[in-house]
Amino acid sequence: MKNEKFRAVIEPFANGFVKNNPTFRLVLGTCPTLAVTTSAMNGITMGLATTFVLMCSNLLISLLRNIIPSKVRIPAYILIIATFVTVVDMTMKKFIPDLHATLGLYIPLIVVNCIIMARAESFANQNMPLPSVMDGLGVGLGFTLSITLISIVREFLGAGAFFGMTIPGLSDFAMSIFIMPAGAFLVFGFMIVCFNAAVKAFEKRRAQGGQAK
Amino acid sequence: MNFTLLIIINGIFINNFILSQFLGICPFLGVSKKTETALGMGIAVIFVMGVASVVTYALNLLLIAAKIEYMQTIVFILVVAGLIQILEIVLKKFTPALYSALGVYLPLITTNCAVLGVAIMNVTSLARQSLFYAFLNGVAGGAGFTVAILIMAGIREKMQTSDIPEPFKGFPITLITASLMAMSFAAFSSFSF
Repeated sequence: MKNEKFRAVIEPFANGFVKNNPTFRLVLGTCPTLAVTTSAMNGITMGLATTFVLMCSNLLISLLRNIIPSKVRIPAYILIIATFVTVVDMTMKKFIPDLHATLGLYIPLIVVNCIIMARAESFANQNMPLPSVMDGLGVGLGFTLSITLISIVREFLGAGAFFGMTIPGLSDFAMSIFIMPAGAFLVFGFMIVCFNAAVKAFEKRRAQGGQAK
Repeated sequence: MNFTLLIIINGIFINNFILSQFLGICPFLGVSKKTETALGMGIAVIFVMGVASVVTYALNLLLIAAKIEYMQTIVFILVVAGLIQILEIVLKKFTPALYSALGVYLPLITTNCAVLGVAIMNVTSLARQSLFYAFLNGVAGGAGFTVAILIMAGIREKMQTSDIPEPFKGFPITLITASLMAMSFAAFSSFSF
């Protein structure tokens, strides 16, 4: 019984990374994925900001799930999400003004990030608060990991740097196309290809292992 | 150079909403399988972005007057969502022909970040000077969206008959196509006025 309870909490968290990976598997929240991944620092900041909003909105929506009438649930969710986004926006403006200026328009646009709405609609409004928070954390960190990976690749190829540190020798051969919009689409496309191929290979191996048993 | 013309060319080509600002990628990837649906979506977006630009610009003046600019995000998203509902009702009542053409696309636009994006851009960028520029910026942005999604739909229709490697099917090949489009649109950024 205790084990089952534990599973109900930990499973939504773990699913966020592979099975429900928002970026590569569900292809949600594509706008920030493409827009802010020019440097690893931007990617990780955006990811963490989204994770915070996702956790808080999942918690609140889960707590209010029996109170909000289902007819007006979408506007109610939008209002909840927008409130937390405003909190993030103001906090970032105060404490990390440089990053806030770089990410600019894309911070308020977390409101329309489909990942948050999708988790509210498909998970938080049917589940208890604790699993909902864990789901928000898992999916949020899955998103953070994915966009950080994309931005590391783009920064490495496009600017010859890693988290803002230039790599000697490589920065002379930087291909600036990768930090331009075209590179965003290209890297994202190829990353999905790799992710799909890896998941497929893994599933195939597991199926074969199952047969051998 | 005429500022009006600059906003139009900037919105459609130089700072194309999809290919250089990455706003409205979800419908761009989702509704670009056929040219007719892409065109319908595009026209609906032009319409909503034009109307939303005017309404949010005017509301922002009120917010500034009341000194509560920090409510921008919350007010804008609610206005956009409410506006789309109202538009749907008004169109259904007064112009059924237009409604039957755009109706299916209207609810989808609520989650289109291009609409909220243009609303925020209108109060922060060069277009903030007047209501007319804000409106123009919205319409030009919508037109840029339409151009991009139409080109993409045309390419995807051709791609249906071609032999694509298994892991590339679906989103990846669409993204790589978009990358090539973005490369050609990047040439417009060398325009200087």
